[in-house]
Amino acid sequence: MRALLPVLTVLAAIVALWYAGAVWMNSQWSYDQAARAGVEVSLTEVVAETMHQDRPVLPAPHQVLAGLWEGLFGQKITSKRSLVYHGWVTLEATLLGFVIGTGLGILLAVGIVHNRAMDLSVMPWAIASQTIPILAIAPMVIVVLASLGVTGLLPKSIISAYLSFFPVVVGMVKGLRSPDAMQLDLMRTYGAGAWPVFWKLRLPASMPFLFASLKVSAAASLVGAIVGELPAGAVAGLGARLLSGSYYGQTVQIWAALLAAAMLAAALVIAIGAIERVTLRRMGMAR
Amino acid sequence: MTWLWGALLFWLAAWAFNAWLAGRARARGRVVTLFIPALFGITLLVLWEGVVRGLNVPSVILPAPSAIWARILGALPTLGEDFVQTILKGALGGYLIGCCAAVLTAILIDRSPFLQRGLMPVGNFVAALPVVGIAPILVMWFGFDWQSKAAVVVVMVFFPVLVNTIAGLAASERMQRDLMATWGASYGQTLLKLRLPAAMPFIFNGLKIATTLALIGAIVAEFFGSPVKGMGFRISTSVGQLALDMVWAEIAVAALAGSAFYGLVALIEKGVTFWHPSQRARG
Repeated sequence: MRALLPVLTVLAAIVALWYAGAVWMNSQWSYDQAARAGVEVSLTEVVAETMHQDRPVLPAPHQVLAGLWEGLFGQKITSKRSLVYHGWVTLEATLLGFVIGTGLGILLAVGIVHNRAMDLSVMPWAIASQTIPILAIAPMVIVVLASLGVTGLLPKSIISAYLSFFPVVVGMVKGLRSPDAMQLDLMRTYGAGAWPVFWKLRLPASMPFLFASLKVSAAASLVGAIVGELPAGAVAGLGARLLSGSYYGQTVQIWAALLAAAMLAAALVIAIGAIERVTLRRMGMAR
Repeated sequence: MTWLWGALLFWLAAWAFNAWLAGRARARGRVVTLFIPALFGITLLVLWEGVVRGLNVPSVILPAPSAIWARILGALPTLGEDFVQTILKGALGGYLIGCCAAVLTAILIDRSPFLQRGLMPVGNFVAALPVVGIAPILVMWFGFDWQSKAAVVVVMVFFPVLVNTIAGLAASERMQRDLMATWGASYGQTLLKLRLPAAMPFIFNGLKIATTLALIGAIVAEFFGSPVKGMGFRISTSVGQLALDMVWAEIAVAALAGSAFYGLVALIEKGVTFWHPSQRARG
């Protein structure tokens, strides 16, 4: 809690800067309007005016919050204008992709740890693929799958899965290898085969690593789902909200969708953190 | 069908060879650690080619590697133009600005523990957000050309580098800082001669993460509007025309550029942080 005051100060500074930016960036339009109408405006009038334009260049924080509130609670959650609806569409794809990606990642990590040939041949590519802007293939995956007749949730989830896959592989390999030689030797003196060593030593030892990479991959799979909604005219989801906002110049809508996405990401990471704490405590590994 | 069976056979043979090599290569030399992944990559390409030809997969779904290669050779000028627009101007420009700004900010707030305690959680939080979403806004502000892409990249790389640099500046030990103090070193001298060098492994960690983010930011930002060149533009329009060989050609270029970019930063890191345990030759 020692960090509470500094964090609040920083947040307050950000909000203040935001307001200043809103005044600065929106005033141009106000001056133009006034010049066109042939009236003089005072500075205070301009400042007041920049706070509630319809299509501001940079909406003021309270406008974004109002937009967010309107989107979350202003209508029925089944409405096409509700952020709850769009957020749910995105969350569905995110969660499905997260589960697929994490499952495959853990399986591949187990294979890598137990098979030397796989380790030597797959691992360098897993690391190299991290340096490749994977998101660039997102539109292609969507279109190709659509041409195969697969639409809806799955294509987006595949992109999410792809993004959340590699953090899990790398983290799990590290985690499954984390028991040291002494512990492995002890298991051998007990006469344990590969199977018990895996279930009773390697898997429990990898849990802290797994949760650390789960947090990264949850955030990554949300990014994947949002980007997956950008191309090919998706009609629902936070990404589609961003895109339509940018087409029609609805800046408040973009910022509200962005804020909703941020809240979703934070909720995912916090949820995983909570599961992590409970799990590690029950396993007696809490620090 | 011969293509399919041939590819499968090649795959099995390569797999057996790799397993044999990995099993007996106890004294694994440099050649083996390079050869095994290389063979695996070639196997994937052969399998891809074989499956596409053997099953007659239409090229609008998955073009064969040979077709992609032919397209790369055929469209070199276009690919070069896109490369300059997206990678050199958008990604690299934004990367340099964002990383410099982040390191400078970290050094500036380094003197105030209060600001550090406040910025670290905020920075960590922002680093986990889907920052790409800010792309449409920045495209609106800075126009369609590369400046808006660079701006997206700046925002995307700023926080990871900032957080890592702050952590790095705290990495020097008490004892070392006390030693600098006994020598009567000023704040600036301590910073230049002890704390920045000690922070380098952390800073480079952030810089390496940022290379990938920079390319992603530059390409994705082009989906929201761009002039009629650039890799993101080409990908989204080629997808619309179902010219998938062009899309794959762009992806190959992006992959190559991404790896090269990462490799370059890693190489610089090797030169700068030669003293760090992770960089010293094992042996």
